[in-house]
Amino acid sequence: MPDEPLLSIEGLTVSYGAVEAVRGIDLTVKRGEVVTLLGANGAGKSSTLNALVGLAPRKARRMLFEGADIAGQATETIVRRGMTLVPEGRRVFSSLTVEENLMLGGARHAARGDPAAVKADMLERFPILAERLHQKAGSLSGGEQQMLAIARALMSSPDLLLLDEPSLGLAPQVVDRIFDLIRNLRDRGLTILLVEQNVAQSLEIADRGYVLANGRIELQGAAADLRASPEIQDAYLGA
Amino acid sequence: MDIFLQQLLNALSLGGTYALLALGLAVVFSIIGLINFAHGELMTVTGYAICFALIWGLPFPLAVMAGLAVAVVAALLMERIAFRPVRGASGTTLLLTSFAVSAILRVLFQNLISARPIPVSIPASLSGVLTIGPLHLGMIQLISIIVTLVMLLGLNLFLHRTMAGRAMRAAAEDFAVLRLMGLRANSVVATAFAISGLLAGVAGLLWVAQRGSVDPLMGALPVLKAFIAAIIGGLGSLSGAVAGGFLLGFIEVILQAYLPESLLPYRDAFAILLVIAVLLFRPQGLLARKTPVKL
Repeated sequence: MPDEPLLSIEGLTVSYGAVEAVRGIDLTVKRGEVVTLLGANGAGKSSTLNALVGLAPRKARRMLFEGADIAGQATETIVRRGMTLVPEGRRVFSSLTVEENLMLGGARHAARGDPAAVKADMLERFPILAERLHQKAGSLSGGEQQMLAIARALMSSPDLLLLDEPSLGLAPQVVDRIFDLIRNLRDRGLTILLVEQNVAQSLEIADRGYVLANGRIELQGAAADLRASPEIQDAYLGA
Repeated sequence: MDIFLQQLLNALSLGGTYALLALGLAVVFSIIGLINFAHGELMTVTGYAICFALIWGLPFPLAVMAGLAVAVVAALLMERIAFRPVRGASGTTLLLTSFAVSAILRVLFQNLISARPIPVSIPASLSGVLTIGPLHLGMIQLISIIVTLVMLLGLNLFLHRTMAGRAMRAAAEDFAVLRLMGLRANSVVATAFAISGLLAGVAGLLWVAQRGSVDPLMGALPVLKAFIAAIIGGLGSLSGAVAGGFLLGFIEVILQAYLPESLLPYRDAFAILLVIAVLLFRPQGLLARKTPVKL
């Protein structure tokens, strides 16, 4: 079915012991869309992304990715199906070289295309990484590490890329470069679910958005509508 | 000077064995946070396997290979049966599980094999002494040093030149993110145990070759020493484990050589005192990694 969403989640709950970080949210992402998750710190955005790839304890009525049930599946299985996460804080393997980070990103994906070709493509898209190929990832600047983290995730040729706070802690001009990169990925047709603090820029890039508060969806809609909504204006855009 | 060189060789040989054992502990600890006190029993298993293979008439090299294979299989079984079910549990749970595995194996060895030491017939060619100028070097000591170096070099190549090795280094840094690369957690952990089994097997072989016998408690003391070595080096750091192993070997050999005879019975106490001194200045160990935040 062409109209079937790439990702379809119903009643997702994430609990850490007695603390419920996400309380029964519904979420869909269609193929080719950029969807953004907004909300204050602790609203449950990162928990949602981690739960989608099986890195947070989750329960859901329905968790379908490309039509397949991913509710009980291990992280590696979900990633092999084509959904991957660039985690918050970049988390590159700092004692490994840039090249080794990229190799691990493509390690299990020979079936999804030729890893050497994907790597060549990455290095063309991220010339800074090509220059630093044999450098330890830990020696890169924050912006370069973020690019490496994204390139590493792209090495698996994912169908859905989850990005968790890609601009966090970066200098303003670096943030612009990261958003240019996300825009470029969108224009190439990659489906993206983006969690960001930078509400203005992410609503500009996204097709649709969800606003989370206390683990529940408070607001959702087309990005343009959200940008215009008084709640968003008041809370995030400082109008 | 000659005496010093002689002691240096002794220290390299003893320290090398500690280094192999400490490395085996560190490989597993760096990935799943388990200090495997049953590591010593992997040495013992190797000893028994070599012993029985020789009794059954296998030539020595084949018996050694059988011993190492048994060590690797035993390590994989330990992981599958005892440690996988508690993976992700607290450090205390993991530690107690490893004590349980160790205790069970010792009782099994005592009841199914023998509580007494069983002699292992090491070929006469290995018990010779090599004289180079003023230095006397036992063949087994020489072999210990060479085998240790070959193992360390081999492990280094494995970790840096193969995809499985890179995955292990990455797992030691951030296991959750490694899974995001689509790599199976279970195979990475199993690889770590297989390597630690091989390291324990080689250490067990060297230990048995020096002592000429195997008994149920054979692994107890060396694993304790290896634990100390791993702590000196910084738990979880592979190069630290090697450095710690050699350092502990040096400390023990030097104390053995230079302590007055009346104090010799306290050699281990002095060694531990020196270890405490090292840790007072570097509580995180010599070469500890920064622990990344994990999910």
